[in-house]
Amino acid sequence: MIMRKPVAALLLASMAAAAFAQAPADTRRSGFDDMSPALQAIQMDDFANPAALWLAEGEAQWNTRTGSAGKSCADCHGTPATMRGVAARFPAFDTTLANVIDLDAKIDDCRTRRQGAASPPHESRARVALEAFVAHQSRGMPITSAAEPHLDASVAAGARIFRQRMGQIDLSCAQCHDERAGRHLAGTAIPQGHPTGYPVYRSEWQAVGTLQRRLRNCLSGVRAQPYAFGSPEMIALEAFLMRRAAGMKLETPGVRP
Amino acid sequence: MTIAITRRMLIGGLAVSLVPVRANATPETMQAAIADATGGRALREGKVTLDIQPLIDNGNTVPMRVRVDSTMTGVDRVKALHVFNEKNPQPHVLSVRFGPRAGRAEIATRIKLADTQKVIAVAEMEDGTLWTAAIDVIVTIAACIEGLE
Amino acid sequence: MAAPLVSAPKRVRRGDVFEVKTLISHPMETGFRPGTNGTIIPRDIVQKMRCRFAGEAVFDLELSPAISANPYFIFYVRAETGGALEIEWTGDNGFSASYSALILVE
Repeated sequence: MIMRKPVAALLLASMAAAAFAQAPADTRRSGFDDMSPALQAIQMDDFANPAALWLAEGEAQWNTRTGSAGKSCADCHGTPATMRGVAARFPAFDTTLANVIDLDAKIDDCRTRRQGAASPPHESRARVALEAFVAHQSRGMPITSAAEPHLDASVAAGARIFRQRMGQIDLSCAQCHDERAGRHLAGTAIPQGHPTGYPVYRSEWQAVGTLQRRLRNCLSGVRAQPYAFGSPEMIALEAFLMRRAAGMKLETPGVRP
Repeated sequence: MTIAITRRMLIGGLAVSLVPVRANATPETMQAAIADATGGRALREGKVTLDIQPLIDNGNTVPMRVRVDSTMTGVDRVKALHVFNEKNPQPHVLSVRFGPRAGRAEIATRIKLADTQKVIAVAEMEDGTLWTAAIDVIVTIAACIEGLE
Repeated sequence: MAAPLVSAPKRVRRGDVFEVKTLISHPMETGFRPGTNGTIIPRDIVQKMRCRFAGEAVFDLELSPAISANPYFIFYVRAETGGALEIEWTGDNGFSASYSALILVE
């Protein structure tokens, strides 16, 4: 009984210390959190999400033998479940290519080098469908990409681009998505710009598209010359955004306005 | 250094505004389309429920559910259900004619709304009466819409 | 293009009403949008959707350009006798797609 007070005091003190030691609350928000309940409901229902059509096409591709090697994705990788966690790790340093590449480039490398098949154009239905299907296997997993030191230079380059004002409107990514996130632009909430749902079904596109397509939209929005698909600048921006979103959960296929 | 994002900048800069001017559906053309579908007979409010969320962040994908209070038997059967809008380029959204195997006079889909506007549903019963419901929907446009390349 | 996706029960009880959901790949190009060269992109929509169950009509639906791309519909069917649930979509430029599956009524 005598001990009661000191123990309580000690407990309180240690709880306070723990509270101080804790990292500040995570204020990051996925674009999902900022959209209307109507669109949220579409993303949360796998059948209502129109991306289901792309996933079905991606799954068919996974199992179809193609190219001069006559191999399917499944012939080498087995079940799609083997892809669990892969999308959360990209962009990554590819030792064979001696370069930082994103998931799209990794799949395309497999397609051209291992399957001996032609590379479909960027944002073509076939290309986006397979990436969406592969990325979907990582849904619910925390983003771990860009953790490796090999990516530091790429992440730093991406951070510079993110903060650089550009285009006729003379705006940087950071001016909207860091400084004004949560405020409104033309009636729409400005999201923090985390790449949590890609490839996404974007209502504006009425189709599924990649993060690179979205970045090119933003660039043309500020009237800047968009970086080319697969360019080092694009990969750098992706690497930076994935490190910025580290620990957030993948939602692929997301739905966005 | 910070800058202010003004409405003027948005109109001048981010919004793509090079869409040619055309005659869109108006309340009058919508009324004409309704009259056309119903033979101009009188509409009564009731029986019909039209569900659309009142605030929509992109008009390309607007979930909508329409249902009519009906047992789907005898004179209480719903023969047809029509949906119209005020401000799209055309007033007609959909018309559905129910057959004997329809379980309910109810349908859900996703529609496009070009602007903030009224949407109207009209049900045509087996006994010839017409019932209606209307809803006002606010559509906010998506910022940074894709430029034509 | 992917085949239509349809969600329906495999077996139902006589007299029950069951829900069907359908999703189909289609651009639903309105015919009102200008393309990159400024000329209007021609209309390309699904015009009609028909549903039959055990040979009898569930509904005949007329669509307009106001239906969203990749049309999604939810509707309700009354089970009397078992049979095929048949759905047909037809549209501009000779578009056609169909779905058929047997549903057991017990």
